[in-house]
Amino acid sequence: MLEIDALAACLSSPACLVNQTTTGLIIGMLLFLVASGVTLIFGVLHVINFAHGSFYMLGAYFAYTAYITTGNYFVAAAAGALGAAICGIVFERLIISRVYGQNVLMQLLVCYAFILIVDDLVKIIWGAEYLSMGIPAEFRLPPYRIAGGFVPPFYLFMVAMAVIIGLGSLWIVTRTRFGKIVRAAAHNASMVSALGIRVQLYFAALFGLGCALAGVAGALAAPVRSLTPGMGLGILVESFIVTVIGGMGSIPGAFLAAIILGLTRSIGSVGFPLFVDGAMFMIMALVLIFRPTGLLGQGTLR
Amino acid sequence: MTTDVILAVEGVDVFYGASKILFGVELQVERGRTLALLGRNGAGKSTTLKAIAGIAPPRTGTVRLGGVDLAGSRPDIIARAGIGYVPEDRQVFPLHSVEDNLMIGAKKGPQGQDYWTLATVYETFPILAGMKERRAGLMSGGEQQMLTIARTLMGNPEVLLLDEPSEGLAPIIVQAIAQLIRTLRKMGVTIVLAEQNMHFCLGISEDAAVIDKGHIVYRDTIQGLRANEAVTKRYLAL
Repeated sequence: MLEIDALAACLSSPACLVNQTTTGLIIGMLLFLVASGVTLIFGVLHVINFAHGSFYMLGAYFAYTAYITTGNYFVAAAAGALGAAICGIVFERLIISRVYGQNVLMQLLVCYAFILIVDDLVKIIWGAEYLSMGIPAEFRLPPYRIAGGFVPPFYLFMVAMAVIIGLGSLWIVTRTRFGKIVRAAAHNASMVSALGIRVQLYFAALFGLGCALAGVAGALAAPVRSLTPGMGLGILVESFIVTVIGGMGSIPGAFLAAIILGLTRSIGSVGFPLFVDGAMFMIMALVLIFRPTGLLGQGTLR
Repeated sequence: MTTDVILAVEGVDVFYGASKILFGVELQVERGRTLALLGRNGAGKSTTLKAIAGIAPPRTGTVRLGGVDLAGSRPDIIARAGIGYVPEDRQVFPLHSVEDNLMIGAKKGPQGQDYWTLATVYETFPILAGMKERRAGLMSGGEQQMLTIARTLMGNPEVLLLDEPSEGLAPIIVQAIAQLIRTLRKMGVTIVLAEQNMHFCLGISEDAAVIDKGHIVYRDTIQGLRANEAVTKRYLAL
């Protein structure tokens, strides 16, 4: 099972290391964006958005259509984020807000129903077959060569975007008036409301922000992965693993855990190709045993 | 009486689940005056304030602020209409700094009043000015009490509901809070002060109402109440 020779060969070759690290980083960055949405929403609203993968999918499809229509990838990425945010706000107001504070099984059922409905809507609108966007025109440049490895420019863009957006969300949550109010409301919604603040709107906006993160991840994934109804499920499971390892409610934790998982996936595909998923779950199990709150988690958003 | 009633509560019933807590509560508060709402533990003082603030919405009855009925509205609408509520258990945002706590409460009053800002709050509450960056959860009980009052004032309310501001605090802090309430009164803030301790209210409020088992049983000036031994003995256990 363990391909020790292949693993040793890769680890001793700079080119292979560069390639696998880059691949691991982009997997990690997509996971990070999706997971930071999950963690934000959980940290404030104390609800696990099991439907988060659907917003990743919607982001990818919106970006695809916007790219086909405008030919501009930056417009497409914005469309993915904005479209997912709007769908997220509608979902929050009309559906998920009705099961806040109810048992998790109920929330899970509601989200699962939503996932199935959205998957079918995507089939109706975009069709059931695989769609492929391809590397956008802006990034059809020769790859950078680093130590013999190849790094496509679009990968660098993905990593940069993920870091900027991650820092941006952290800034919104910790430094802006919106973030301060939302964190206070996470702690004591009725007091915030008694100070004249319409807490429900803030909650909806935060949910929209979380979904925008999933949407932008979908938009970033669209050029490098194929689009298919149901594509949200895989990333949902992995982003939960990231959230658990990083610590529920912690954006820096999600970042760290996403990089760990991304690298496990890319290095693992060389060294233990049959046990990549197993390794991810093993890491999660170990974290849960030795540090149940996650690497950087404190239980709630701070 | 031709008076300027700013807050009028009429026939307010409040239920927690199936149990009835308030029975047709009636209160009138005149502009610029302070009403002490007195009663024993569990008499319904806190619930009355919560009913006015919309946190424990009345099932029946009206809560009129300047003639507009707010009963049944959301707490944030009531707060923006000009009612500022200070809860008894302080409820600071413990992980936020003092200044962030204040900023979360910041808004203009319903007529655009903007007297209370960080600057005026720090002037009135010098103790807070010295700990702007401190996490509210790390403050003493008295400091937290000052902060909750200041935080609500940042919203420039027309009527301030204070729920047992002296509860559980050292005598010297209680003195400081009493002094603060007198200052606010001089500035023309209308106050409803829920209290168990009549003596705390003596130098602070003009009017008094006594609540017992969810009914308002007595209304007078605070001096009138003080002189009425039958009432104070029966309802206030002094």
